[in-house]
Amino acid sequence: MRDHATEFPTRTQDETHTVGCTVNGREYEAVVDPRMTLADFLREKLRLTGTHLGCEHGVCGACTVIVDGAATRSCLMLAVQADGAQVETVEGLAEDGELSPLQCAFKRNHALQCGFCTPGFLMSVTAALREESVTTEEQAREVLSGNICRCTGYTGLVKSVLEASAGKEGNA
Amino acid sequence: MKPGRFTYHSPRSLDEALAALQVYGDDAKVLAGGQSLMPMLNFRLARFEHLVDVNRLGAEYAEPTFGDTRITIPLLVRQRRVERSEEAARLLPVLTEALAQVAHPQIRNRGTICGSLAHADPAAELPSVLSVLDATFTIASSRGVREVPAEEFFLFHLTTSLEPDELLLQVSVPRPPVNQFSSFREFATRRGDFALAGVAAVCEVDAAGVVTTCRVAAAGVAPTPHRLTDVEALVTGASLNEDLWPDVEAAARAQVDPTGDIHASAEYRSRLTGVLVKRALADIRGKLEASRA
Repeated sequence: MRDHATEFPTRTQDETHTVGCTVNGREYEAVVDPRMTLADFLREKLRLTGTHLGCEHGVCGACTVIVDGAATRSCLMLAVQADGAQVETVEGLAEDGELSPLQCAFKRNHALQCGFCTPGFLMSVTAALREESVTTEEQAREVLSGNICRCTGYTGLVKSVLEASAGKEGNA
Repeated sequence: MKPGRFTYHSPRSLDEALAALQVYGDDAKVLAGGQSLMPMLNFRLARFEHLVDVNRLGAEYAEPTFGDTRITIPLLVRQRRVERSEEAARLLPVLTEALAQVAHPQIRNRGTICGSLAHADPAAELPSVLSVLDATFTIASSRGVREVPAEEFFLFHLTTSLEPDELLLQVSVPRPPVNQFSSFREFATRRGDFALAGVAAVCEVDAAGVVTTCRVAAAGVAPTPHRLTDVEALVTGASLNEDLWPDVEAAARAQVDPTGDIHASAEYRSRLTGVLVKRALADIRGKLEASRA
């Protein structure tokens, strides 16, 4: 059996890693411990605190961001794994201070109350609507099923998904 | 909570990954999609000195191949990739149907098929599905490559035959014959939750409508994917029709011995297994009829 030990750079638990990634179109670089999650990286290193952490084990969906085009739980990915990735967070949805059509639909339909879960919902639905349009309530509930809201209920959320998918605009 | 400290390895080739496992295997864990491992690390239910992240082994490990004789799913194929594959839906509907019920799209975007199999959660969908698809598990280490069938791969709750220095390199299934029909049925109390029970079924049917081969496995009712051999024996040589359902349902219930928990009693899970077997076989009959319409 070959002994591979000499072929590796000796690594230790104290070793840090440099992560370079693009977040909402802007390039960032930071030094992280390997155990730092992408969620904590966004919040603590980049101060992008729009991404919220609820359960920290992938169930509640509050920390959902879009990584290389795919909705992803940022609590279940290490920051070091995002090196070279394109990340989108809730801070990137509004353009020049104008809410996205989905954000407008949330506002119009009271799809949030305390707002803690909202960034995750917005990112999950944004990714889903890029994949395909949602025309039925059942489809809307399926799209929303990976996120949990504990205060306002889902009626306004379902309506918002359907309206945003249908292209209904407006802030009213 | 947050993960405890570990040393992070990010090999850029299979050789490098296997070398890392050879050196650190006893204290290491392979990190693929991380959708089961990261929650355990975050909650400190598990701690490892070393994590060997296989995500940068190369794009060739991230695509399934649909060959003339076998369909192969290497270790970095994301669940969502296969779920959205038209070829997979046509050839392996049981896999597509099961994948749609594995957690949520956000999890499936990152979770890998091989990762779920190597994790071997008895309530997970994929181990039972790959069992009825007659899968071969290809296992690599710096000592060489070996292949095992499902019944030798899944040993117990969260336990497989993978040795500490080994990596599940790929899983492959025979390309199904045109007369193969399959179905997956489960019941979960909330969308995306682990099912209280699930059933995967595959039948091959001859021109007269008689089942020539039948494989059925239940998830969530035993420490490993549980082959329902009594059901298979009843269905093989029979035609799929309603006369068969009472016997099939009773056989399924008799052949499982699940444990009860806060979510459902043992009795409920047994009854559910019987109902799900019936539903899966009825679905197969529907697909058979549609193919001949």
